[in-house]
Amino acid sequence: MLLSNEQMERYSRHIILSEVGAKGQKKIIDAKVLIIGAGGLGAPAALYLAAAGVGTIGIVDADNVDLSNLQRQIIHTTPDVGKAKVLSAQETMNAVNPHITVNTYHEFVEASNIMDLIAGYDFILDGTDNFPAKFLINDACVLAKKPFSHAGIIRFKGQLMTYVPGKGPCYRCVFREPPPPEAVPTCRQAGVIGAMGGVIGSLQAMEAIKYIIGKGDLLTGFLLTYDALKMDFRKVKLPKVSSCAVCGDNPSILKPFDYEQAACKL
Amino acid sequence: MKLTVTGNVKEYADGLTVAKLIELEKVETPMYVTVSVNDEFIASGTFEETVLKEGDSIEFLYFMGGGQR
Ligand SMILES: [Zn+2]
Repeated sequence: MLLSNEQMERYSRHIILSEVGAKGQKKIIDAKVLIIGAGGLGAPAALYLAAAGVGTIGIVDADNVDLSNLQRQIIHTTPDVGKAKVLSAQETMNAVNPHITVNTYHEFVEASNIMDLIAGYDFILDGTDNFPAKFLINDACVLAKKPFSHAGIIRFKGQLMTYVPGKGPCYRCVFREPPPPEAVPTCRQAGVIGAMGGVIGSLQAMEAIKYIIGKGDLLTGFLLTYDALKMDFRKVKLPKVSSCAVCGDNPSILKPFDYEQAACKL
Repeated sequence: MKLTVTGNVKEYADGLTVAKLIELEKVETPMYVTVSVNDEFIASGTFEETVLKEGDSIEFLYFMGGGQR
């Protein structure tokens, strides 16, 4: 299938790039990306991926839009308060780009649904805010051999890494298991600058695009950390851990499981 | 001795352990930090006995959970 005139014009700033071209744009249009969490990270990522023409985008989120979300979750607007985040996100994404398909999943990710959720997608974005979900996404993606982008933000800081099956460490290689509830502050307790979601969520979208077009170096084997107050970006090298419980040589985690602690009881 | 701590070269006393460095650097949530020395992770139970040496490069990796709500 050739690109239509409308598509040629809409994506002209992509197509003019030697790394993308019509061929790369076709890959983007054929790609399927799942975004878990339509919040601070997922909102900007979803907007950029929709605008870029990613043909199928899934959004998973069980929440409704709250007034306190609007300081950073730029996919939702004031009239959306009270609406399911997945529907609000879908409307904005289709307003930006009516040619893409947005699949909505108004639910939490759990061990019981995660394998089915990720099965139909090429790349997964973790935009969740709690550690049980982050470990669940990691384990499921490792087990299903799906590439994914992990990210987290708090206060003036953010971080991300990219897992690609067979290449480099997973999230569990670095962090092993979730900290106890309340041991590590959350955004709700500690706050976050809205633009932090824009910086880090956009970097997640960038990783997805690079993976789709097959160009450049992904953040595999590195954790990128961003300190906004010091205006400092650093790439910290991550070793692969052969004893990792899910991606190591003798894994003990053979299927996804839920941690006991509530997903986010705050 | 000179150590590179999160990218910055600084002078430290000889015989410094990872546990002592965590204290000196006022690492947040010290119980839950991941530490790498020369790109190898240090098991969390061994911070007290892991002695650093001249030229070591140390990184602290933190749990960062926010992003959705
Ligand atoms: Zn691993």
